Amino acid sequence: MAVIVKHNLILRVVAKFIIPLIFLFALYVQFHGDFGPGGGFQAGVIFSAAIILYALVFGADKAKRVITPYVLRLLASLGVLIYAGTGVATIVLGGNFLEYGVLASSQVAGQHLGILVIELGVGITVMSVMLIIFFAFAERGQAVLSSNAESEQE
Amino acid sequence: MIENHLSLLLVALPLLAAPIVAVLPNGRLPWALSTLVSWSVCYLAAWQLINVSSGQVISYELGGWAPPWGIEYRIDAANALVALIVSGIAALTLPYALKSVIKEIPHQQHALFYAAFMLCLTGLLGIAQTGDIFNLFVFLEISSLSSYALISLGKQRQALTAAYQYLIMGTIGATFFIIGVGLLYAMTGTLNMADLAQRLPELYEHRTIHTAFAFIMVGFALKLALFPLHLWLPNAYTYAPTVVTIFLAATATKVAVYVMLRMVFTVFGFSFIENTPTDELFLLLCVTAILSMSFYAIYQKDSKRLLAYSSVAQIAYMMLGIGLGSVLGVTATLVHLFNHALMKGALFMAIGALIYRVGSSRLEHFSGLGKQMPWTFAAIVIGGLSLIGVPGTAGFISKWYLVLAAIEQQHWLIVGVILMGSLLAVAYVWKIIEVLYFNATDEREQQNTAVKEAPLMMLIPMWVLVLANIYFGFNTELTVGTAEQAVKLLMPGAN
Repeated sequence: MAVIVKHNLILRVVAKFIIPLIFLFALYVQFHGDFGPGGGFQAGVIFSAAIILYALVFGADKAKRVITPYVLRLLASLGVLIYAGTGVATIVLGGNFLEYGVLASSQVAGQHLGILVIELGVGITVMSVMLIIFFAFAERGQAVLSSNAESEQE
Repeated sequence: MIENHLSLLLVALPLLAAPIVAVLPNGRLPWALSTLVSWSVCYLAAWQLINVSSGQVISYELGGWAPPWGIEYRIDAANALVALIVSGIAALTLPYALKSVIKEIPHQQHALFYAAFMLCLTGLLGIAQTGDIFNLFVFLEISSLSSYALISLGKQRQALTAAYQYLIMGTIGATFFIIGVGLLYAMTGTLNMADLAQRLPELYEHRTIHTAFAFIMVGFALKLALFPLHLWLPNAYTYAPTVVTIFLAATATKVAVYVMLRMVFTVFGFSFIENTPTDELFLLLCVTAILSMSFYAIYQKDSKRLLAYSSVAQIAYMMLGIGLGSVLGVTATLVHLFNHALMKGALFMAIGALIYRVGSSRLEHFSGLGKQMPWTFAAIVIGGLSLIGVPGTAGFISKWYLVLAAIEQQHWLIVGVILMGSLLAVAYVWKIIEVLYFNATDEREQQNTAVKEAPLMMLIPMWVLVLANIYFGFNTELTVGTAEQAVKLLMPGAN
């Protein structure tokens, strides 16, 4: 597969240029989600799209060196933990589960902080699960390719 | 502090445990943490049941938003009973799981297996706890998606097809349910069950409400495998890993029956159902299911598939109680919900112990094992007697109430069918016992003489359930008492 992409100079240059912008936009969607359209789910998908683009242009193996499957599994779990952990934190602070109001000194500030943290958890989990799914399919394709190559050699 | 958040912690604990379990190194650690969590959840569920046993209702507001705007967990005797069944079975299945999972599931998937198990537990408990109809859908999806994954982990390749089949059927069921919820929301503007119950009566004549009701009923009939929508169940139970079969058989369909009860009695109200052909339809389907599925069970050559068909027949008993729509009938449904979890749990655990030793679930490979594995064999005998409904076992109590409910309304045909179903149960239970104890002449018996009794870690949970089958056959305070409390709240109009 690496041989195929070596010639696609334009694709590689454009990808290198556009990937940081996608990351930036993902972060904007993530942290501006409580004022404008967006939020954790959308941001997570956009974030993972940048890495998927990298994997498509430079190969899944290189992408996996950037973010290993084990790290992805950790991140996927971490997001859920952030979400549920916020709920537990509100209980400890004397509110009900996910009652953000108790997180900060005032009700409004608490609601603000709460939704930001929750959406961060959602974003992290969505990003890593999208990538886990992508790599699962990419590996499948590679297995087929390599087995085809083997059978051709035979 | 814990007492105030009891109903929430039941759902939040396994939810918190799942991601932690997923990242633990494969080995005993994921198992140990899951077991610990399931025991604490079981303890909390018992505590919750005690709190509501005298008829009061606990309401918990998520995020501090008051119902009907926020999500509300609304616990009465019915929820608490179902939550106790789910968490109790999980607490018994997980100790049993250690050895069985090591044998049936590849080592590198252990942590993920237990994580999926925790998520499934979260989903099932969430369905039982919530008082919000959309929240219920979310938990339904959590439990379904994790159970598809769990089923697909089965050792044989057919497990993948079985999981896929269940995925398609389950998704159709969930979609139908959410369409129904959407229609209800469009008409009433609320998703809170208690609020829906207040707003629906004035809209009874409206066609949208009837459509919503039809979608919800068909959706959940798929989920609980009501004949003739049961086609996913036999394959799923047969090819899933043993532990998953035990857990799902004893809990997943029970939770779906509970939702059916909630929808029929709390949300729509039985006066609505009586003016639709639903109750007659339930009776017809259940009668057909009990007879045909019990017959199917007799002709199965695979022990898990045999019990799976028996499950479809037993689910029909529960739905029969809803179809009758009387206080006695619904009491019978709730009692059978509990008792069937006990007997199917015990039977699948015993079959699982045989599979653990022989490596196959086909009946012909079991010949003569009864003598080598006396404790497992005895568990199958007692579990089987309970399934048949012999006096002195839990199964008798629920059948007794069901027969009483049918006699009360003078449905003599149904009385006959219930008794006929028990006779057919004798036939299929005998089939297992015959192979285990009396089929000693098989040539495979030579191989089977080396088989030892199942390990203690499997025998103890199995026998806890077996003894519970006997205990609840004599002491009906917990089962019938709680069921009667629940029925009082479900059917406030009826005496």
